[in-house]
Amino acid sequence: MKPILQAEGLRKSYQGVKAVADVSLTVSAGELVALIGPNGAGKSTCFNMLSGQIRPDGGRILIAGTETTGLQPSDIFRLGVGRTFQVAQTCLSMTVRENVQLALQSRHGGLRGVRTLLSRFDRRFAAEADALLDLIGLAPQANRPCHELPYGDIKRLELAIALAGAPRLLLMDEPAAGMGSEERAGLMRLTAAIARERQLAVLFTEHDMDIVFSHADRIIVLSRGTIIAQGSPSDVRAHPGVQAVYLGTGIFAIGDP
Amino acid sequence: MSVELYVVQFLTGLANAASLFLVACGLSLIFGVTRIVNFAHGAFYMLGAYLAYSLTIRWQTPVGFWLALLVAAAIVAVLGAVIEILLLRRLYRAPELLQLLATFGLTLMAEDAVRLIWGPEDLVGPRAAGLSGAMTVLGRPMPVYDFVLILLGPAVLGLLWLLLHRSRWGLLIRAATEDRDMVGALGVNQTWLFTGVFALGVFLAAFGGGLQIPRDAVSHVMDLSIITEVFVVVVIGGLGSLTGAFLAAIIVAELNAFGILILPGISLVLTFLIMALVLVLRPFGLLGKPLAQSRTLSHRIHGAWQPLGGVGRSAALAILICAALLPLVLGEYGLGVASEVLIAVIFAASLQFLMSVAGLDSFGHAAGLGLGAYGAALSVQHFGLSMEAALLIGPLASALFAAIAGWFCVRLSSIYFAMLTLAFAQIVWSIAFQWVEVTGGDNGIVGVWPSAWASGATAYYWLTLGCTTAVVLLTRHLTFSPFGYALRALRDSPLRAAAIGISRQPVQHAAFVISAFLAGLAGVLFAFLKGSVFPDTLGIGTSVDGLIMVLLGGFGTVSGSVAGAIVYKMASIWLISNTDFPRLILGGLIVLLVLVFPLGIVGTLQQALAGRLLAGNASVRGRT
Repeated sequence: MKPILQAEGLRKSYQGVKAVADVSLTVSAGELVALIGPNGAGKSTCFNMLSGQIRPDGGRILIAGTETTGLQPSDIFRLGVGRTFQVAQTCLSMTVRENVQLALQSRHGGLRGVRTLLSRFDRRFAAEADALLDLIGLAPQANRPCHELPYGDIKRLELAIALAGAPRLLLMDEPAAGMGSEERAGLMRLTAAIARERQLAVLFTEHDMDIVFSHADRIIVLSRGTIIAQGSPSDVRAHPGVQAVYLGTGIFAIGDP
Repeated sequence: MSVELYVVQFLTGLANAASLFLVACGLSLIFGVTRIVNFAHGAFYMLGAYLAYSLTIRWQTPVGFWLALLVAAAIVAVLGAVIEILLLRRLYRAPELLQLLATFGLTLMAEDAVRLIWGPEDLVGPRAAGLSGAMTVLGRPMPVYDFVLILLGPAVLGLLWLLLHRSRWGLLIRAATEDRDMVGALGVNQTWLFTGVFALGVFLAAFGGGLQIPRDAVSHVMDLSIITEVFVVVVIGGLGSLTGAFLAAIIVAELNAFGILILPGISLVLTFLIMALVLVLRPFGLLGKPLAQSRTLSHRIHGAWQPLGGVGRSAALAILICAALLPLVLGEYGLGVASEVLIAVIFAASLQFLMSVAGLDSFGHAAGLGLGAYGAALSVQHFGLSMEAALLIGPLASALFAAIAGWFCVRLSSIYFAMLTLAFAQIVWSIAFQWVEVTGGDNGIVGVWPSAWASGATAYYWLTLGCTTAVVLLTRHLTFSPFGYALRALRDSPLRAAAIGISRQPVQHAAFVISAFLAGLAGVLFAFLKGSVFPDTLGIGTSVDGLIMVLLGGFGTVSGSVAGAIVYKMASIWLISNTDFPRLILGGLIVLLVLVFPLGIVGTLQQALAGRLLAGNASVRGRT
């Protein structure tokens, strides 16, 4: 199967310090891939290069066959990339529905040209927005101001916003951070179900190893800016290099046979 | 011109740089630690000069002169500390705009206070005792005092370097400049650190003011002229960088010195062009660093924005009908005032759109108004066009300029955006001021009268009312158009906006141009109302008027500016005609407003209403 996301030889240094050195990875349609590693391993740098926020020093990125290296995040969106953030990013001065509507209008070209000045925002794509809110279980909150929502709901809203762009690839930076454990598992189950149904490629980072090992199809382990292991959860769990990196943190005791 | 002249001019430039550096490094120090852009810094400079004047005329000995300067600066520094304790401490967590406005209010108060104490005339101080002679450089005389100034700049820089790098207090200042939240978390008592730094910064400014006495007359307009120059210096040098301020002070002073020789007509423009260039190439100045994101929350979010409901619309319609019937009650003078108030509403609404919806705090909105006014005046006076044509040409002139300036401005954000807009407005002001053949300079352009059908007070009032209604409806429509939502997304969360495909610069650029177009319309109406245009319409004062009107209405609201403009304009017209010291009162009101009603009229009303609706609910959101 042709990969949706393909990164080759990504490199990034900050003032001589190598944050990411030679990272290559692929994610295919319908696949949930986790990018893990200890603090400072280069996860965030990697992620921000893939989504266009940081320009890599070297290497290239292909999304659905189109080279995106050096493109702005707003251009990368148009190639079918949805993004959620470690600290949820939504528009707090809008309602829940308006947040999703805005992404829908953007995808359909409604935020470009003179038409954006002449038309009324509230009349366009309201039904489609409600359908997405229904999917993630936020429909009852549609008319509430976004800033009133509990954080867990804001994280889910972010997923709806990302889906509104009809993505082929979802990039989720710590999707479950800041949520209660019940909510986390729920969000990940929902994400996995949507990804399989719509054949989305999903790449996510996560600190919670329970989440990673129970939901990822494949795991990529970063340490000091390079990939030290990748494969199925059981392969990664058994990998001696990974155990060395995580030694003493105790995470591999959980669920180990 | 000879080489000797250039050398002497260069040395004079270096001497000019000394004062500029002292004021600029004080501003930069204060900004570095407290993150306040102290607009009142020019006022402290002015106060230092006035006090030093009073002391030096009494102590005319070599020691007495320098002692007078130091004592004057110390007195002003104490005053600064008091102001910091009483006022600024309450504002450190407030939005930048409120801080700028509060310190601008202080500036207004200082101007009138100085006129009250020292009188309105310019004062010429004594020469520095013992240093009043001249030295010969390449056959040309140079004042000895200038050489002292040339040496003083580097000496002060050296002393400050020692203070910052060799003392514990200096270490704390540097640490706070890097990350003030962390310094606080480490248990350092920030309160007195901030007071101390503020007093030191004010001392430097006041000392810089005193130094100018032997060279220039002391006047009550020296505060605004120095503050614009100093803004330019710290922006070129990089906010928070002392060495940057030193370098930039020399660059600016030399540009001024040689600009007068080489490009006499546009010398003022030169400095601002260089600043714009530096900001585009190095957005944080020559030696500045990107500003650490402060960890305080935004104040602007009070709920999801909605268009007015049925009751609100009926009320608005009722107000409009009352406004349309005003000619039945008001005479010619009253209608003139009413037209002026309506023009202020247009101006404020255009700025509110830019600030509230787009989140772009412009400090140069006067350029929009002034260019509209000059565009109209020139098309009538030079090209013999009609008022109807001018009504279109004026706003287009503003929009055209905004298209150019905006391209640069939207590349920056927050405080740098504000300062660059100020710089562009000052460029336009200096062109209007210096290009006498076309603009009439200080004498302005007179004889700009409306077409016959609109020349009566009632007809002109109705014309203005029509334009105002159209502008308010248009900004409301734009606010709730997809374009308005895209702007708001960029303001609420730049990361989210980018991730859903909204590219920042083109969208914000468009908002900048639209806002300028509408301000230009206000300018045209103003020109025809007054029958004349003066450089004042382009000045900082006009920009600040706009900011105050928006703030008064509530800058987190959709159209509080309408209320803000009406209240502010009527109050200031009344104050100017009924008191001798309107600035003192106005400045005091601004300070009070910032302290007591930071949400503005409409914002406070909204909060009060929301509070009543949510009464009993424990989660009523207070102001954070």
